Amino acid sequence: MAKLILSMDNLVLKEIALTKERTTIGRKPHNDIQIDNLAVSGEHAVIVTILQDSFLEDLGSTNGTVVNGQPIKKHFLQNSDIIELGKYKLKYVNETVAGQAKAADFEKTMVLRPSSVRAATSSAAPAAAAAAPVAAPVAAAAAAAAGAKNFGDTVAGQSATAPPVAPPKPAPTPQKNAALQLLSGANAGKELDITKPLTTLGKPGVQVAVITRRPQGFFITHVEGASFPVVNGKTLDAQAHSLNDHDVIELAGVKMEFFLKT
Amino acid sequence: MTLSGALEVASCTDPGMVRSHNEDSIASDGDQGLVVLADGMGGYNAGEVASGMATTVIITELQQLLVKRLPYEIDAHSGQLVAHQLLHEQIAKANTSIYQAAQSQPQYAGMGTTLVVALFYDNKMTVAHIGDSRLYRLRGGELRQVTKDHSLLQEQIDSGVITPQQARQSQNKNLVTRALGIDPIVEAEIHDYDTKPEDIYLLCSDGLCDMVSDDDIGLALQTLSSNLKLCAQHLVQTANDNGGRDNISVILVRVLRDYPAPRSIVGKMMSWFK
Repeated sequence: MAKLILSMDNLVLKEIALTKERTTIGRKPHNDIQIDNLAVSGEHAVIVTILQDSFLEDLGSTNGTVVNGQPIKKHFLQNSDIIELGKYKLKYVNETVAGQAKAADFEKTMVLRPSSVRAATSSAAPAAAAAAPVAAPVAAAAAAAAGAKNFGDTVAGQSATAPPVAPPKPAPTPQKNAALQLLSGANAGKELDITKPLTTLGKPGVQVAVITRRPQGFFITHVEGASFPVVNGKTLDAQAHSLNDHDVIELAGVKMEFFLKT
Repeated sequence: MTLSGALEVASCTDPGMVRSHNEDSIASDGDQGLVVLADGMGGYNAGEVASGMATTVIITELQQLLVKRLPYEIDAHSGQLVAHQLLHEQIAKANTSIYQAAQSQPQYAGMGTTLVVALFYDNKMTVAHIGDSRLYRLRGGELRQVTKDHSLLQEQIDSGVITPQQARQSQNKNLVTRALGIDPIVEAEIHDYDTKPEDIYLLCSDGLCDMVSDDDIGLALQTLSSNLKLCAQHLVQTANDNGGRDNISVILVRVLRDYPAPRSIVGKMMSWFK
């Protein structure tokens, strides 16, 4: 469950769990998060939470709402975002990203019943949407999911909230760049940088190979044509072949040298 | 009816880097112009059972029916295109089979599956889908998503709550709003599209499109179009290189030539008088 950490001058004042569908922030006492400071408007902002996602919306406050240094009207909160209201700071923490990454079984696809979808989507759209009628089904959905987790991941057929899903981590891209230098043919001496995830070589219809750029390095694979590429004098088969610095590739009658760039 | 030589089909399915089971299921019959992909859900191995039932029921039943029925004709009783009628009926049948198994066997309780089916005939294809498995088209170097997910995120995008860019950051990725086998009755979304020679169609489970950007998918389809099998393997490999958090399945279909329906002169005369 996501939470907010309220602080002022690096002093933590309070932690607030985002359990409600609408969490209001403002100076007046009826707000869920009351900040008694004149720089904060009576009804300053609201955080709408739909299952695992939270959206921050400024309610037309006098001094505005700032997230990570940028003034916002509406913002899709990401883990570690800093919300600033005057001197106060609210840090958004969505622990599910780090804490539950291992529990891959919990992120399986599930069915959401139309009734709870309608509640989740309609209530989130306009700031003016009345909170009370929709809060109940969402809370019920949360409870259903919490119960279901004990039985594994089979929640389809009930209304359910999502189990936490970590966003896909970008694969570590190879540190090095690579290039090909043509050693023979009309363009001998020319250099070709390999920047795309896929780079094709050769003549379509005659012989084509592709160099793929992967986290593990660079690979060459035969794509089409009767003859296969030759690397360092050895003819390849249909399998991908890992390329090393200064490998010499022969393809469609042209020789070229593969090298890594720093 | 056979489309022999009109379509090239290649596919690849993989459990990914995190999951121990592969709950996706794929089936295809290039000569009949039929491809089916399903992404199962449910505890233990129930997801595999549901997706396997869906693809098996749909492909085997349609293979038999397509011998007798011509998908481009209009059914005399219902006034529906035969292709639509066949898909409606067989999807309903698969739904009932999965639903009943889930009701009668406790270990299968709550199982379900997404589905995307494409049936090619008469220079056209009919696409039926349920859930968040997708069909994309590459035409003239441009990749386009043909199906629209039945998912919470898509509904949020439609209602303007979030943008498609934000959707990629969302933690609510895995919630579908429609699935096969969950309720006694399910409605598939069915549409027709014209096809052209050189088109490439991609059917995939969310394990691909959640891990690989549309740009990278488009680049792979364009670059490796001359070797579909390699292209399918490359897409799966890219999803795995990016983390492979879910099962990954892809089916690629390339249109090699026109395949108009063999209408006889008598048939044309008949339609003239109708």
